[in-house]
Amino acid sequence: MAETSGRFASAIKEALLAGLLAAVLALPIIGLKTVDRGGRLIIDPQWTAVAWCIGIVILGRLLVALWRSRAGADVVKGPGRIALAFQAQGKWLGPLLIGFAAILPFMPFADRQIIDVGIVVLTYVMLAWGLNIVVGLAGLLDLGFVAFYAVGAYTVALFALHLDLGFWVALPLAGVFAALFGVLLGFPVLRLRGDYFAIVTLGFGEIIRIVLINWVEVTGGPQGLGNIPRPTLFGMPFARTAPPGVTPAHEFLGLEFNPVHRVIFFYYIILVLALLTAAIAIRLRRLPIGRAWEALRENDIAAQALGINRTNAKLAAFAIGAAIAGFAGSFFGTRQGFISPESFTFIESAIILAIVVLGGMGSLLGIVIATVLIIGLPELFRDLQEFRMLGFGAAMVLIMIWRPRGILSHREPTVRLGAKP
Amino acid sequence: MDYFLQQLVNGLTLGAIYGLIAIGYTMVYGILGMINFAHGEVYMIGAFLSMICLLVLGAVGITWIPFALAITLVIAMAFAAAYGWTIERIAYRPLRGSFRLAPLISAIGVSIFLQNYVQLAQGARPKPIPPVISGRVTLLDTGGLTVAMSYTQMLIIAITILLLVGFTWLITSTPLGRAQRATEQDQTMAALVGIDVNRTISITFVMGAALAAVAGLMVTLYYGVIDFFLGFLAGVKAFTAAVLGGIGSLPGAVLGGLLIGLIEAFWSGYFSIEYKDVAVFSILVLVLIFRPTGLLGRPEIEKV
Amino acid sequence: MTALLTVEHLTMRFGGLTAVDDVSFTALASDITGVIGPNGAGKTTCFNCITGFYKPTVGQVTLAGRNGIVQLEQLPGAKIARQGVARTFQNIRLFDGMTVLENLLVAQHHALMRASGFTVLGLIGWPGYTRAERAAIDKARYWLQQAGLEAEADREAGTLPYGAQRRVEIARAMCTDPVLLCLDEPAAGLNPRESADLNQLLYTIRDQHTCGILLIEHDMSVVMTVCDHIVVLDYGRKIADGTPAEVKADPAVIRAYLGEDEEAA
Repeated sequence: MAETSGRFASAIKEALLAGLLAAVLALPIIGLKTVDRGGRLIIDPQWTAVAWCIGIVILGRLLVALWRSRAGADVVKGPGRIALAFQAQGKWLGPLLIGFAAILPFMPFADRQIIDVGIVVLTYVMLAWGLNIVVGLAGLLDLGFVAFYAVGAYTVALFALHLDLGFWVALPLAGVFAALFGVLLGFPVLRLRGDYFAIVTLGFGEIIRIVLINWVEVTGGPQGLGNIPRPTLFGMPFARTAPPGVTPAHEFLGLEFNPVHRVIFFYYIILVLALLTAAIAIRLRRLPIGRAWEALRENDIAAQALGINRTNAKLAAFAIGAAIAGFAGSFFGTRQGFISPESFTFIESAIILAIVVLGGMGSLLGIVIATVLIIGLPELFRDLQEFRMLGFGAAMVLIMIWRPRGILSHREPTVRLGAKP
Repeated sequence: MDYFLQQLVNGLTLGAIYGLIAIGYTMVYGILGMINFAHGEVYMIGAFLSMICLLVLGAVGITWIPFALAITLVIAMAFAAAYGWTIERIAYRPLRGSFRLAPLISAIGVSIFLQNYVQLAQGARPKPIPPVISGRVTLLDTGGLTVAMSYTQMLIIAITILLLVGFTWLITSTPLGRAQRATEQDQTMAALVGIDVNRTISITFVMGAALAAVAGLMVTLYYGVIDFFLGFLAGVKAFTAAVLGGIGSLPGAVLGGLLIGLIEAFWSGYFSIEYKDVAVFSILVLVLIFRPTGLLGRPEIEKV
Repeated sequence: MTALLTVEHLTMRFGGLTAVDDVSFTALASDITGVIGPNGAGKTTCFNCITGFYKPTVGQVTLAGRNGIVQLEQLPGAKIARQGVARTFQNIRLFDGMTVLENLLVAQHHALMRASGFTVLGLIGWPGYTRAERAAIDKARYWLQQAGLEAEADREAGTLPYGAQRRVEIARAMCTDPVLLCLDEPAAGLNPRESADLNQLLYTIRDQHTCGILLIEHDMSVVMTVCDHIVVLDYGRKIADGTPAEVKADPAVIRAYLGEDEEAA
């Protein structure tokens, strides 16, 4: 009894100290809000907000302290209960999700907004699955991933503008160009140690963005490029009217014209692209190159002693990741019909990285869950949007502390000698 | 020639600011081997703290500028230090012994959090601040063109030199500095000979944050406008400065800061202002590829 | 019989420090050759030069392997492994998060890479790759049996006890089909039983697989039992070279291990 009350007292003490610290931190930045009144700044105190902050911190710290003293351990080792539950259900959960995604546009509740959100979520899922090959498998922290996304998007736009190529021709080219960029940028820097490599990729991402802004003759500068052609269904456009001699897709399908058809078409394109990415990612992991990536991540010196060429293997991961980003970028370009450098900032790279980290590096299913949580929910509930990035940041820190391998941290071996337990 | 000298003055001022931020990167890297990606945000918070403090002082009628600046300097350093301490305590300390990239990922999380925290609390619009110190000294007047140095620039360079002397003394000649260098060499051994490693690391973060706050005050005075996104670019540039000078080396950080400031000023002055950031990022990439130990750093041998 | 490995005038300097100073010796394919010496004698540095982790300042390392005579010091690190030189590390370096079996498959990277058509054929599920993978698993199974680890094949390597990890590392090295196996203090931290098992494994490798063994130890008892030929280093120089009996009787060796007279007194 005495021990319990002692624990409780110390938890309260810690909580109050944390509250004091929160007061110190929040007082100037939150409490003394500055407001622009006709070019002059004045102070507009926000004492209630400060009080809320202090309250939340005290309560949060108290709960953490009590939970810890009960659990008796700071960090949970190995896969947690959630991960194990998902693993047990994994056999049917994956196919079920794919099935759901396949029929989503025809569900009664699926209006245009829902399908649009679905497209955004799938785009991020595809990007995160691509980045997962680089970060999760090969252990290379790429902070400039969005650069390859940009290369893909601009490839489609530029080929359409200058050579009049349609989306389906530009799509593979976008992947090839992005992979080429990956090789060009990756080759000189892949032998750098992990954190230096991360910062250099960040630098590359920013260089590409600045070039996109300033090379106005080619990229259109901050205004970007427009008139990117929409994908066609075997040459048939999704439009009310088609050029002479061409059948519009809705006539071919025997439907009344409805703009939502094009949205649904986009939805299925990105669904197929994403599923292809998943299939490739799953296969790659079971191939020698995939095992070499994981070996490099686990211990690159030992991998070299076994005859694995570190640079080549890493380059392959980097290029494949870049190609996937390029494909996704070309889809992004054609869906928007218009692109500008604004869409390719560091924060996009950080969001994709956050998805991979939260989902569990290496777990495809975890990435889907993470994307739905941090992209899908705020898209649906606009009120959350203001706090979304705040939550991102906090979640990245908490996940690193609480479960460094992500929400779903279980790793399934690529081969087994014995039977599956 | 006049134009050259003017860019030199501007570059040195900018370099002093980068150098002060770079010290924080280099100290933390030296002691923990991690890139404190959130350090740029601490600098941004330092700038906001300075702005708020100047406004409050103005509102309560403290108008004697040297006094107001001194108070602002102390307050911004103190509060930013509290931020630095908290960041280390919450986001980095629990990760010691975790996998290699965990602290960097966590630091990116802190960086995103702090940017949006300030944006939510203070608004997204840039904050204009009326000039606090006006006036300039004409260094050179050759009829047509003049080279001038504003009092603000002089103050920035003077404070930087003063702080550098102070910090160099702190690290070379006090028990605290010895504890820091020992922890840098070998944490386990340092703990065995009775150094409180946790405390030493906390103090390192506190010092780095305080210096970043000084840089924040200076940028507030120098440019007269700040926003919540200020920290990202300055952070990357200051990190570049730390790498260029040789990460882990204090004089290197300052040297790197000055060089980056000068490069940026001259690049903007002579080539193109649009690509000045590309110039800095390219230096970062080139130094890391060809001379990862920087100008004054120690070589690192891959241990097998 | 020609030597499998010939080291001539090997010298390695780090700045002002000479870690290995003009060392020459040979190792036969039929032998277990020991490199011994007190701490800091330059054994591991010597190893790192042979296995390509350091580029020697001066000297030649010649391997008479499957592809004829090869100058190892001219090859980049990853290529040396492909010439048939495998190694283990003083502080064990396993792929901790992967299973034991996966560790052994990574060691067969090149054969599997070719079989997967450098990933392209593997991606489309080409049957030839499936066959090659099955063969690789069989080879891994063989070495796991030799190392007494078959039951642990599907466990994460990092969760095994210390002695087992040492044997996984050797089994993994053997999966590269080496002609020369370099072991860096394989017996360090093993209990007497594990140590005896290790000796058995080494004899099997030497006698049944035409693979020469080069091993570093500072535990004299292990070396004296298992080695056919011993090279002794001290302060980066070679001070003795011969059979265990010869080396044991060498006054220079005794001095190096027991210290100079004033310390011995």
